[in-house]
Amino acid sequence: MVERTPILNFLTHLILFAGFVFCVTPFVIVAIAASHNLKDVNDVPMSLLPGSDFWVNIKTAWTTADLGPKLLNSFIMAFGVAAGKVIVSALTAFSIVYFRYPGRMLIFWLIFITLMLPLEVRIVPTYAVVANVLEPYQTIMDLTGLSWLIEKISGVQVQLSLGLLNSYSGLILPLVATATGTFLYRQFFLTVPDELTEAARMDGAGALRFFIDILLPLSRNNMAALGTIMFLWAWNQYLWPLLITTDQSHAMAVTELKQLIPNVGGAPEWHIAMAGTLIIMLPPLIVVVLMQRWFVRGLIATEK
Amino acid sequence: MASITIRGVKKNYAKTQVVHGVDLDFASGEFVVILGPSGCGKSTLLRMIAGLEEISDGTIAIDGTVVNKLEPRERGCAMVFQNYALYPHMSVAQNIGYSLKVAGVPSAERAQRIQAVARVLELEHLLDRKPMALSGGQRQRVAMGRAMIREPKVFLFDEPLSNLDAKLRVQMRSEIRKLHRRLSATSVFVTHDQVEAMTLADRLVVMNGGRVEQVGTPAEVYSRPASRFVATFVGAPSMNMLEGTVTLDGLSLLGDSRKLNVSRTGLPVGSKVAVGIRPEAVRMVAPGTPGALAATVDLIEELGAGRVIYVDLDGVPFSIVTSETVHPEPGSTVGLQFAESDLHFFSSETGGRLDVFKASVPEPAPATL
Repeated sequence: MVERTPILNFLTHLILFAGFVFCVTPFVIVAIAASHNLKDVNDVPMSLLPGSDFWVNIKTAWTTADLGPKLLNSFIMAFGVAAGKVIVSALTAFSIVYFRYPGRMLIFWLIFITLMLPLEVRIVPTYAVVANVLEPYQTIMDLTGLSWLIEKISGVQVQLSLGLLNSYSGLILPLVATATGTFLYRQFFLTVPDELTEAARMDGAGALRFFIDILLPLSRNNMAALGTIMFLWAWNQYLWPLLITTDQSHAMAVTELKQLIPNVGGAPEWHIAMAGTLIIMLPPLIVVVLMQRWFVRGLIATEK
Repeated sequence: MASITIRGVKKNYAKTQVVHGVDLDFASGEFVVILGPSGCGKSTLLRMIAGLEEISDGTIAIDGTVVNKLEPRERGCAMVFQNYALYPHMSVAQNIGYSLKVAGVPSAERAQRIQAVARVLELEHLLDRKPMALSGGQRQRVAMGRAMIREPKVFLFDEPLSNLDAKLRVQMRSEIRKLHRRLSATSVFVTHDQVEAMTLADRLVVMNGGRVEQVGTPAEVYSRPASRFVATFVGAPSMNMLEGTVTLDGLSLLGDSRKLNVSRTGLPVGSKVAVGIRPEAVRMVAPGTPGALAATVDLIEELGAGRVIYVDLDGVPFSIVTSETVHPEPGSTVGLQFAESDLHFFSSETGGRLDVFKASVPEPAPATL
């Protein structure tokens, strides 16, 4: 808009600023609390002037919750989910938009339905599958009498079992299998002019060549946006990692934050908890800052 | 260099047929322009030659090889698209060289060929730019370069000039013509712009409603249009049409109110015909001149070199192109005269041309009314 209205400008900026304060205040309070010592943090009301124990608290939080390996775990998982999403969604959207094959609409709607069934809703069956990935096949073989047949013929009892509990694949794969990314790509692919596809065909590029040479470079912004969102989403996952990682070596940073929150009867060490929160918040923040330029473009622009 | 043979080609989309059996032969090295209004199936035909659309029925052969089942890349065609269709993320050099890259040409040879093409098209200083940073005409040239570099047997142009401004269009037109003379590859050019068609074509194919109306040199199509559609579509302003009925001694026009004495029409009495006359062939005379049609002036369009005068002939709009410096007042009455030899006759039922003066009158007598 190119209106010159100083009063309106002032008002809009005022609203913007109010919103900013509203959003940022909790973080400021977390940061201040993280700089107090045990006594100051439990004062009522807590002093809003920063204390001097910031680095001490950060160090305590780091060692108490053993955040080093946990952050690494979280990073591997979040990165895995983001990368998996970016690749798998691009492929599925490519197939749906650019190919005509029987059952295409069926597949489209199957993917669509997963939007209505987020992980939290189907968490029990998903857990069962991850506990033994081959379970569905075992069931099919049992029901069709195939395993009985094999047992009769070879005397070997068929017992398929592949557990993914306490593993990175178990953490990552179920989170990759959702439809959001597919739709983001689909919308973008639909805006790519047909003539570009045809020009590539005239130039002799096959489907895969077109996908890699033309479509993927054009979707850079989309990939950045999707990757960022998925990284944040996966980083902040709580229920799923909590459920399938019983082993400390696969624990996530976000779930381990619980370790720092004072128990009933324990010392009210909120300054340590807040310091831990700050540490765990940092990686997503860095990702957003680094990706922001691409991220915003990918979500708003259909620039070609 | 390749000839193209099109036999009984049809195109159906679900239940609607858009191309109804086209037979055409393009000679090797020829520049053919397919002209028609939008929706006439001309682009579909071109895309079937290119291999971008499936051929529902009939065959297309390039150099004697039926290409119906071949992929676009196997047909040896290159195409220039209306919106250029340049890859936005690649530089000009990469755009031009992409087909060679796909074909696995080593990069040294590729660079050399890109340079050669860029030199011809005067793109050398732009090779590192992205398409976004180019003007319309430059993008057009890149699109042509992309087609040229493969040294194709056949060039296909799908309305490539329609996104350019008028001046650039004229310039690109002559560049395409020059390029064709230089490469002498068979070229098929689709357009709805008749000036483009007339100036570029060795041979003109006029299409309408999925059928070929006429094939011929631009001069032939202009001077002997094969149907009423071609007559009105080619030429600007378009040919004037008057409805008439054949009588014993000539034609009655404009609902029996006028009579046109034409010699030996050879048509059965009572048959309905459309009489066409080009605006350029009409002469304006003083009202009341014996044998002239009286008409009322509606509007004058000044063209600089000449002017178009729109008149009203008993309710039928009629136009005259003249280079004389006459400026009749709108609302005034003028007389119109034309020679019998300039008249075109079309059947009112089929729209086809009626050659009533086949063994034409040696000295055409002026038509009188």
